[in-house]
Amino acid sequence: MKIKEKTIEVILKFCASITILTTIGILAVLLFESISFFKNVSIIEFFTDTKWTPLFSEKHFGILSLVSGTFLTAAIAIAVALPIGLSIAIYLNMYAPKSFRKTLKPFLEILAAIPTVVYGFFALTIVTPFLQTIYPDLETFNSLSAGIVMGIMIIPFISSLSEDALYAVPKSLKLAAFGMGSTRFQTSFKVMVPAASSGIIVSIILAISRAIGETMIVAIAAGQQAQFTLNPTIPIQTITSYIVQVSMGDAPQGSIEYKTIFAAGLTLFLFTFTLNSISFWIKKKYQEKYE
Amino acid sequence: MNNLKKNKLIDSTFKIVGMLFTSLGILILIILLYNIIRAGYTRINWNFLISLPSRKPDIAGVYTAIIGTLDLMLLTIIFAIPVGVGAGIYLEEYSKKSKLSTILEINIANLAGVPSIIYGLLGLGIFVRFFGFGGSILSGSLTLSLLILPIIIVATREAIKAVPPSLKEASFALGASKWQTIQKVVLPSSFGGILTGIILSLSRAIGETAPLIVVGAMAYVPFVPHSIFDTFSVLPMQIFTWTTRPQAGFAIAAAGAIIVLLFITFIMNGIAVYFRNKWQKKLQ
Repeated sequence: MKIKEKTIEVILKFCASITILTTIGILAVLLFESISFFKNVSIIEFFTDTKWTPLFSEKHFGILSLVSGTFLTAAIAIAVALPIGLSIAIYLNMYAPKSFRKTLKPFLEILAAIPTVVYGFFALTIVTPFLQTIYPDLETFNSLSAGIVMGIMIIPFISSLSEDALYAVPKSLKLAAFGMGSTRFQTSFKVMVPAASSGIIVSIILAISRAIGETMIVAIAAGQQAQFTLNPTIPIQTITSYIVQVSMGDAPQGSIEYKTIFAAGLTLFLFTFTLNSISFWIKKKYQEKYE
Repeated sequence: MNNLKKNKLIDSTFKIVGMLFTSLGILILIILLYNIIRAGYTRINWNFLISLPSRKPDIAGVYTAIIGTLDLMLLTIIFAIPVGVGAGIYLEEYSKKSKLSTILEINIANLAGVPSIIYGLLGLGIFVRFFGFGGSILSGSLTLSLLILPIIIVATREAIKAVPPSLKEASFALGASKWQTIQKVVLPSSFGGILTGIILSLSRAIGETAPLIVVGAMAYVPFVPHSIFDTFSVLPMQIFTWTTRPQAGFAIAAAGAIIVLLFITFIMNGIAVYFRNKWQKKLQ
């Protein structure tokens, strides 16, 4: 009996430690191939060159052009999702009837359940042609359309998580503000949002991290030309869509093209890891404050 | 008085803005679904589901992609569920407040935030190359399993946390061992919550494209895979390749495949919501 109990505990412990192995695996794979990449390419070139052309005969390895594409689309996405998502959160929490909140929240969350390849199709075949009727010079592949659609996708991240944060604010604060004669708008922006700020910031950071790592929308709708630019109307390439481009072709193992995707992946991982760690740290601090 | 009026005006303006944005979210969802259905409904018939992919868009079907998706999901279920639920049980019932559990917790929170394409690189480095499984169904499903593991673990923990301690204490008082209590009391009463998490994680896995592209899912698979070491395609992959083709016929086929994929995704989410509601009622 004792042996059985012990065996089960060991098996369960092994299940849990697979998550640690996963992290070690990610770091090992990324670092191993990246180190061998940096034996061929100088790290200074990697961070300062503004051209990224590993698939051409004249090769340049400046990650900056992929990073600029990544942050350009993410910035557009946040510019769309932040005002809309935050307004929705405040509206559902402060203005809408309770039944509204209960039915609308899951409805909005459907937006996050749709596979991203579907959003890519939506961006390329519906949003881009629509934007071209307003601004005819917009190219078929561009970061504007991809960024807007990515923004739509992450609206529920911001609206749901921010609403949760607003919901967790002690009711007494809200009632005190109302008691002083504040309108709902004043209560929202002078009391509720500041009180829930850590939760709202966490939701925004997670949304940024999600936007940076998003792949299929940009792979389909933003093009495949790595350019160091902030122009949203021309084709660009993000870190993720570059990895897709190389994977769709057949770069032989050990070639420099093959290694670039790991160096690019490591860069991406460092960005999202930093963002996730910051949000985790804020969340921990905030929990301490209220408990 | 002027100030009061101004404040009230701002207040009601924001109410309208909030209402507009909320309906905008719903409206975009409707526009997206409407356009996709309008573009692809002509392809929705039995032939589309049982036809092989083809270079001619009008006769191309999603048969191999659907079979690939089913194979991949089946293997992912086999790999991810026992490990995920097991890890969840361990964290919630065995390792409370130890140093290891803090590390595990931070680690899982971090894994949940790793972009899916990084899991693809992990799968490429470990399963495809190191273990030599190649761009096979096995590599794909192992990669997806690792990807959804954090979701299953978190859902399992939440579900176990919601089991009233009185139930467990009653079981211990009757002389049951720890595992007997977990097996006979904790798991049955948290089953609904765990199931909800599993279904949601699978619905996420079904829509994943990026990691499978990196692992080596094929753009064109004209045959049904026979073993777990065969190459494969999946529905999202098929949608991606058709979307990137220049011919208009493939855009229609892509829309048709999207309808099939969304149908599966929504059904799974619907089932998950149903189980969650049922389970929450039971708990109360």
